[in-house]
Amino acid sequence: MTIRGAAFIAGIYEHPGRDLPNHTIWDIHTEVAIGALADAGLSMSDVDALFCDGTAGFGVLTLCDHLGLRPTFVDNTETGGSSYLAHVGHAAAAIAAGKCSVALVTLAGKPRTGSPPVKWAAGPETGFETVWGTASAAHSYALAAQRHMYEFGTTSEQLAEIKVAASIHAQYNPNAFLQKVVTVDEVVNSPMVSDPLHRLDCCVVTDGGGALVIVSPEIAKKLGKTNAKILGHGEAVKHTSNGRIDLTYTGAVWSGPRAFAEAGVTVKDVGYASIYDSFTITVLQTIEDLGFCEKGKGGEFVLDGGLVAPFGKLPFNTDGGGLCNNHPSNRGGITKVIEAVRQLRGEAHPAVQVPNVQIALAHGTGGSLGSRHGSVTLLLGQEDA
Amino acid sequence: MSSLPNPAPMVTSSSQAFWNATAEGRFTLQRCTSCDVVVWFPRKHCPDCWTETLSVFDASGRGTVYSFTIIRKVANDYKAATPFVVAYVELSEGPRVMTNIVDCDPESVTVGMPVEMVFHDTGEGNALYRFRPVGN
Repeated sequence: MTIRGAAFIAGIYEHPGRDLPNHTIWDIHTEVAIGALADAGLSMSDVDALFCDGTAGFGVLTLCDHLGLRPTFVDNTETGGSSYLAHVGHAAAAIAAGKCSVALVTLAGKPRTGSPPVKWAAGPETGFETVWGTASAAHSYALAAQRHMYEFGTTSEQLAEIKVAASIHAQYNPNAFLQKVVTVDEVVNSPMVSDPLHRLDCCVVTDGGGALVIVSPEIAKKLGKTNAKILGHGEAVKHTSNGRIDLTYTGAVWSGPRAFAEAGVTVKDVGYASIYDSFTITVLQTIEDLGFCEKGKGGEFVLDGGLVAPFGKLPFNTDGGGLCNNHPSNRGGITKVIEAVRQLRGEAHPAVQVPNVQIALAHGTGGSLGSRHGSVTLLLGQEDA
Repeated sequence: MSSLPNPAPMVTSSSQAFWNATAEGRFTLQRCTSCDVVVWFPRKHCPDCWTETLSVFDASGRGTVYSFTIIRKVANDYKAATPFVVAYVELSEGPRVMTNIVDCDPESVTVGMPVEMVFHDTGEGNALYRFRPVGN
């Protein structure tokens, strides 16, 4: 059994706020849930499954209580910013198994205006990784960027092209946190945060959130609108491998083939891709690992507007992505799915809408390329795909 | 740049012996006597074959820089020490360990650079293992 065609994404909602000082994270969860259900033509009382990460308090227990839900299926999968793509795959599997028929996925966070930072329980690695002065994801991702540069000759200017492409898209998004188009020079001359990553190699820090509604084929048919068909899902955890960590690739080398096999499509079929962009290096390694270009050639692939919509080789992140638009709760996974669905519906901004998208890919990377991370790849398509 | 702070690591029942040895200037590794793999970081079971037959030996303290970053700005105990280098060093015995590169200009660090281990006392019964360029 596969999940191909077993479920559809019927509702999407991205919170328009980027600074939300007067919301709690639970207020944001509620607003995005209502928004996505309204988009689907459903209501809170239709929901029979809830998916969220581990940051909402006591996960689904807190959120079911807060939203007044009594679902028959819940899932608290926590793989950082890739969690929400995993939730989509898990929701489709649960729907296929008859466990539920209307699944709600929500994300909310307030890193700008004061939700306390998530404090994870210590792991066995803690004593060996937290004493060296690293304090942000940038420090860890920089280690991956440096090694990629060493092995493949990737340059800061090539990484900068990724930010430039995102900024070209973000200028059309009135909600984007950064709407100004930037140049390669501006990126490489922005302050160095953690060599070789500059400030403009990093994603934005925004409050906000988003939600998805995933439904059974029967319900999708009744809703009678353009729904995104879930074609395939692959997930993987890449870690330090007992001291044999390799910083030059991501878990997409495993999650990608799993998703493509389930969907029965190849990279050549993908018309649009949402690629997780916590940092420019995250995008570069991911497009190599998903097979859009040869390993080590990502730097060449992104040149000459390779990622720019609508006519680049691989139009990506047309909302401006995490690099310019929104990275709510320091997690860009749900917005990746949302923009992929907009592209399939033809609802992206006209300046960046890719004509006639049949297959869209969304990829999430959560945790750190410099130690351990979750990779999740989704393939979505038109109803007849 | 001032010298780096020496924060005490979190110690568990599985890492106690490792950290105790650092107080004597020894960096120990485990080797699985069932599958022969060198294990990093210390633990009770081999992560490759899941047996408990792990032996302990003193590592050479030599290695090369696998990757590194120069941290320019940070809001923790290391703030006064910026810029400083965080790296993965590939030990001669194989494992790649996260650490700092010290006793050199951060701008002079390169991938592949040969390095040797130094120990910095935390004042709490153990020492942090860091690396400096060979021949410094």
